[in-house]
Amino acid sequence: MKDIAVTEPLLRVEGLSKSYGRRIGCENVGFDLWPGEVMGIVGESGSGKTTLLNCLAGHLAPDTGRVLFDTDAGMVDTVTMSEPARRMLGRTDWAFVHQHAQDGLRMNVSAGGNVGERLMAVGARHYRDIREKAVDWLDRVEIAEDRMDDRPTAFSGGMRQRLQIARNLVTGPRLVFMDEPTGGLDVSVQARLLDLLRGLVREMGLSAIIVTHDLAVVRLLADRLMVMKSGQVVETGLTDQVLDDPQHGYTQLLVSSVLQV
Amino acid sequence: MRDELSRSGKGQAMEEYNFAYLDEQTKRMIRRALLKGMAVPGYQVPFASREMPMPYGWGTGGVQVSAAVMVPEDCFKVIDQGADDTTNAVSIRRFFERTAGVAVTERTGEATVIQTRHRIPEQPLEEGQILVYQVPIPEPLRFLEPSEVETRKMHALEEYGLMHVKLYEDIARHGEISTSYAYPVKVEGRYVMDPSPIPKFDNPKLRMAAIQLFGAGREQRIYALPPWCEVVSLDFEDYPFQASRADHDCDLCGAEGSYLDEVITDDAGGRMFVCSDTDFCAGRRDAGHLGRLGATEDVA
Ligand SMILES: [Zn+2]
Repeated sequence: MKDIAVTEPLLRVEGLSKSYGRRIGCENVGFDLWPGEVMGIVGESGSGKTTLLNCLAGHLAPDTGRVLFDTDAGMVDTVTMSEPARRMLGRTDWAFVHQHAQDGLRMNVSAGGNVGERLMAVGARHYRDIREKAVDWLDRVEIAEDRMDDRPTAFSGGMRQRLQIARNLVTGPRLVFMDEPTGGLDVSVQARLLDLLRGLVREMGLSAIIVTHDLAVVRLLADRLMVMKSGQVVETGLTDQVLDDPQHGYTQLLVSSVLQV
Repeated sequence: MRDELSRSGKGQAMEEYNFAYLDEQTKRMIRRALLKGMAVPGYQVPFASREMPMPYGWGTGGVQVSAAVMVPEDCFKVIDQGADDTTNAVSIRRFFERTAGVAVTERTGEATVIQTRHRIPEQPLEEGQILVYQVPIPEPLRFLEPSEVETRKMHALEEYGLMHVKLYEDIARHGEISTSYAYPVKVEGRYVMDPSPIPKFDNPKLRMAAIQLFGAGREQRIYALPPWCEVVSLDFEDYPFQASRADHDCDLCGAEGSYLDEVITDDAGGRMFVCSDTDFCAGRRDAGHLGRLGATEDVA
């Protein structure tokens, strides 16, 4: 949160397309994300939502389009920026929460080390400071201090996911990408994680882009929704509007739970 | 290659070999890698490692580097954990005696090229000397990042946070930085480098007058430290690097500041601490220094 009167979006996406040979990943996607806003991207598997997320986060190179991010030097296209600069962004202003915690964690490093890595990656060199911050963040995601020297291999699925979130948020990123953050977890574990995420989003004023097939997740977390089908955005709007009064036929099917993934 | 190897069979005259075993073209290729390594201190230069008539664990990387820098006037010394008389050291020394006809020595001060495994000699090296390290695993980031593509990128982009994660894990688990061998260093403020498995005791000596060359045969990497290049051992502000210090003096020569090996002397649990650098220890005893057991023990 910088200014009260925000005039520039945090992220501006323009004409983003990515195809795999003849198959369309996503096509001509554009939107603005404002500071403090959480955008949900929903659709079935194969709708292009994951391709879109990976293009936004710089994990995939789009065929066309721009992903402009608000930096000290103004809005900068992260698609064409140098790889070192993009990787630097990836461990400072941006964060990425993977669906599978093991993709976003170092499984052979302690929980404290996992949280501390991002701090050390940006130059933290005081052991006790790093450890204090790690304790604080583990506490925020409800992992007890006496587990901080254990490796994530000893953790349950829900704990691993909470650890991944702590690891990502410890450096205070300005934009968090999340790929099915509750996917693959038991329903009761999902509920706890969602509550936790909602608390963090509200408390920190996080800006986030969340990809999910689970409408309960976006109902709880997202301010706005984008509905995707076959690589196209078919409907956008405020979350409650889209879910309570869907306009597009596909969204109506999604909402009526006719389409279950 | 086949051709050369077949000639390593017994009964063949050594004169059939090129000087120092390797052919001139291979030596030129290795020298180019060495020059690149000297120009970019601490950077791992890939090179096409050749098969040598010895197993990988025997320091084929170091042997190839020694072969590439050796000239007929050289005086060659080999140490293995500080000792000149281990099987490994003896066979490498013999190898160059036979293939290059160079003079050999056990005296650190007399040698122009010293090949080493796991130690830096106690006696400070001088300008004009070359120290060649045998390196098993050249990549300091390998411990936490198994992907070679990723570690290369980390070096290229100077993303070294991971190295401190390793030290963090050490402190979290042991209350201190327990890494005591292959302790990572940053060279000239740029590349993070594994100084090969020398004890961290030797790390402060890495800044020296001699040229230091590192060869990893199996991993096909060469790296180098030019004389007096800046080498800093990584640490935390509140857990600064400390070179290990022995609690004892050498039992043979009485040296106070040398790196010691513990030697079991009998079945009854008797033991003694002696300099791991055998030449250093012998030199001190020749000069009349005596340790606690120096008078009674006669160690060759
Ligand atoms: Zn001694």
